[in-house]
Amino acid sequence: MKALIIAQHEFKTLFLSPLAWSLLGVLQFIFAYLFLTQIENFMRVQPQLAFIEHAPSLTDIIVPPLFGNAGIILLLLCPILTMSVICQERRTKTFALLLSAPLSSTDIIVGKYLGISFLLMVITSGISLMPLSLALSGTIDLGKLVCNDLALSLLVGAFAAVGVFCSTLAPHPVLAAILSFSFLLLLWIMDWSTALKDQGNEVIKYLSLVRHFQNLQTGLIHSADLGYFLLFIASFLWLSIRCLDYQRLQK
Amino acid sequence: MTKLIEAEHVFRYYGTYCAVYDLSFSLAKGQVLGFLGVNGAGKTTTMQLLCGLLAPSSGQILINGYNILSQPILAKQSLGYLPDTPPLYRDLTVSEFLRYCAQLHDIPAKQCHAAVRSVLERCGLSAVNHKLIAQLSKGFQQRVGIAQAIIHNPALIILDEPSVGLDPIQIQEIHTLIKELGQDHGVILSTHRLSEVHASCTDVQIIHDGKLILQHNSAQLATIMNTEKLCLRTRLAIDPALLTTITDINDITVINAQQLEIKYHSNANPTPKITEQLIAAGVDILELSPIKKSMEELFIELIKENSQ
Repeated sequence: MKALIIAQHEFKTLFLSPLAWSLLGVLQFIFAYLFLTQIENFMRVQPQLAFIEHAPSLTDIIVPPLFGNAGIILLLLCPILTMSVICQERRTKTFALLLSAPLSSTDIIVGKYLGISFLLMVITSGISLMPLSLALSGTIDLGKLVCNDLALSLLVGAFAAVGVFCSTLAPHPVLAAILSFSFLLLLWIMDWSTALKDQGNEVIKYLSLVRHFQNLQTGLIHSADLGYFLLFIASFLWLSIRCLDYQRLQK
Repeated sequence: MTKLIEAEHVFRYYGTYCAVYDLSFSLAKGQVLGFLGVNGAGKTTTMQLLCGLLAPSSGQILINGYNILSQPILAKQSLGYLPDTPPLYRDLTVSEFLRYCAQLHDIPAKQCHAAVRSVLERCGLSAVNHKLIAQLSKGFQQRVGIAQAIIHNPALIILDEPSVGLDPIQIQEIHTLIKELGQDHGVILSTHRLSEVHASCTDVQIIHDGKLILQHNSAQLATIMNTEKLCLRTRLAIDPALLTTITDINDITVINAQQLEIKYHSNANPTPKITEQLIAAGVDILELSPIKKSMEELFIELIKENSQ
């Protein structure tokens, strides 16, 4: 309950600074451009598609690449969004307000995380709206679109969890951004090495974010992939809570 | 009745540096405790320990009967804290910020509005209600900080240097507010200004190098501040010989023709006798008053004693 109050405040404050507005504007512009290139692609291959049996649908050609690229762009931007979430409060000494209020560390971390996640949900729904607009004139595989939306939401949720953890850990926002960006990038490219050799390490392959993301994108909701993301988010939030508790005791 | 604060043998180390050494004290409702110390004496660390921002290295702190470490949420419900830098979100307006604080402190949604309004009035903020905190002057920001600490009507209010950066009129106002709060709350305020303690506190503690070197209530403080000296000023020149017959007087120092300093035996204030004698002799008295050790002198004396 308390976490929701913090989340609401966090979400509101994001929109008080130009950060959230400019981020929404710029991202929507970039995604629109990507969307249009995919449409262009579709228009180019459409004549040939008619002759192929089991040809990929409009949704197949437009949606997964759009959401895939969105994932990469948000990987770049998420650390910037989350870097100041705890770290900046500590630096401006406003954190004492939360620490001296009757709140647990869980309330603080979950509240902050939800606040950021709300903004990310706004961004992802902005992306979903574009393919949805095609339903006006063509047919869209709604199930697949929902799956992609779910995959992207889980993915950015995971990004935000790492970001919150790094912000709890780091003494300076920029350091927090660098930490979370490097970590996320590492998780993203983890399976590149396994792709080179035929016999990749199964564990490393399993840890890679991108595999689970792509699995969900195909429209196949596998509980292992869902579990991976939920566990990922939960463990980073748990680590942040522990970290905050520890700082309170030691500092 | 449970004490608002019970601190027992509290130690706090930063690495090997000891910031707070064996601190024990208690505070009850209706007390305003002045926490004095020079910069770096351990005042802020003590305040942070009391509010649960830091954990003590050893010892325990009970706030309103709850342990601040093992039952932090219950303990913090009866706590209002103003840190040395007021924790203000500069992008919010004063009333938005206070509403958020009210929500964080479990004030039911229906009562939030009333709580905010009453605290705005109490701290003299009604006029700046809709301004952004970033646009307020330092004095007003400090007041918002105090408002934030008292909005949920906590049993215990901890103010870390509440008067820093304020002008004399604002300081006066804050002292009045603190006195008012002291009537039905317990208040701790830290400061390095002795006049402040004099103006608004019922109890005083002096901390130096992390140790408590003085723990007194204001009556006790008055006794140790008593120098057993009187200052006598008259309109015309006065002859000290007039007073030599009074046995309670130890010594008379002539400061100038119209002014004497009279030292007397403890427990026997000769003021009535002196006035009687002088009036009988037809001397016009302009002033006859006890000389008090200033808090500054006391403070410096104590610190010297302890660093030796």
